[in-house]
Amino acid sequence: MEELSRAIVLAGSAIGAGLAMIAGLGPGIGEGFAAGKALEAIGRQPEAKSDITSTMILGIALSETTGIYSFIIALLLVMVNPLIGRL
Amino acid sequence: MEVNGAKIIYQNDWFFLSGSVVTTWVVMAVITLLCIFLTRNLKVHATSKRQVIAEFLVKAANNLVKGNMGERFSYYAPLAAAVLAISVCSSLSSLLGAFPPTGDFSTVLGWALVIFTLITYWKIKASGFGGYLKSYLQPVAVLLPINIISEAMTPMSMAFRHFGNIASGMIISMLVYSALGALSATVLGAIPGVVGQVLKNVPIFQVGLPAILSIYFDLFSSCIQAFIFCMLMMVNIKLASEG
Repeated sequence: MEELSRAIVLAGSAIGAGLAMIAGLGPGIGEGFAAGKALEAIGRQPEAKSDITSTMILGIALSETTGIYSFIIALLLVMVNPLIGRL
Repeated sequence: MEVNGAKIIYQNDWFFLSGSVVTTWVVMAVITLLCIFLTRNLKVHATSKRQVIAEFLVKAANNLVKGNMGERFSYYAPLAAAVLAISVCSSLSSLLGAFPPTGDFSTVLGWALVIFTLITYWKIKASGFGGYLKSYLQPVAVLLPINIISEAMTPMSMAFRHFGNIASGMIISMLVYSALGALSATVLGAIPGVVGQVLKNVPIFQVGLPAILSIYFDLFSSCIQAFIFCMLMMVNIKLASEG
């Protein structure tokens, strides 16, 4: 019985980790969008390239946060297995 | 496959010394020695290559800070350069086989808390202690918990971002490594006879491919995360000082 409940919790953690990483979708789309807009801006104003690039990198880094959060959650679920302790 | 944190070097009842702390000390020593080496025998007109490199680095740091924080904060250049240098060197220490200190959440959280202290200092300086406390009740008093959370999330998100990027790089490299090892064991084990049995233990596919991944995950990601960390620090301090 103990084994079975452990297995169920582990399976649930693994599935949860996989589901958490779906959040990687959002930052991917957002960052691609930001990079595309930055390219458009550079095309219009090539002389402002360095400013645009550094601002874009900062914005991309900020929007990446949600993806990183989901990665942390997935990491915790797989590596630390916090839910095992709840049995 | 096993993913572990930094190795614990010394441990007793109330204290433990993790490998990432020791790596950080080594990195600090290396940076200090490099600075001493670069700034010895300075001349008014640069004659040595060493001095040219030193001047280039100092100028780059000054320009970065002046460009992002304005002339008023130009004395923050040493801080920004120090954060940038220690972050880059810590992350790149993984190239030498050490556990990168930035892959340890405690290290980056420590840096982020230092920066958070600075941000709070500038906030209090800009609007006074009363004004700082009052800013938690803006725009309406009901939002107090939300404001406290968003304030606490500043260092947390900075630390999570840096840690998450380096740690994900480490884990992905490790996954690729073990997958390539398993692949070569399967493929070479299929060779009949003694030859296959011997070759099975040689992970031939692990040669080469992980190095290409390492260019992105170790070199590019380390440098860009250090830059972003530094950039966020400058932007946050500047915004805080404007009240």
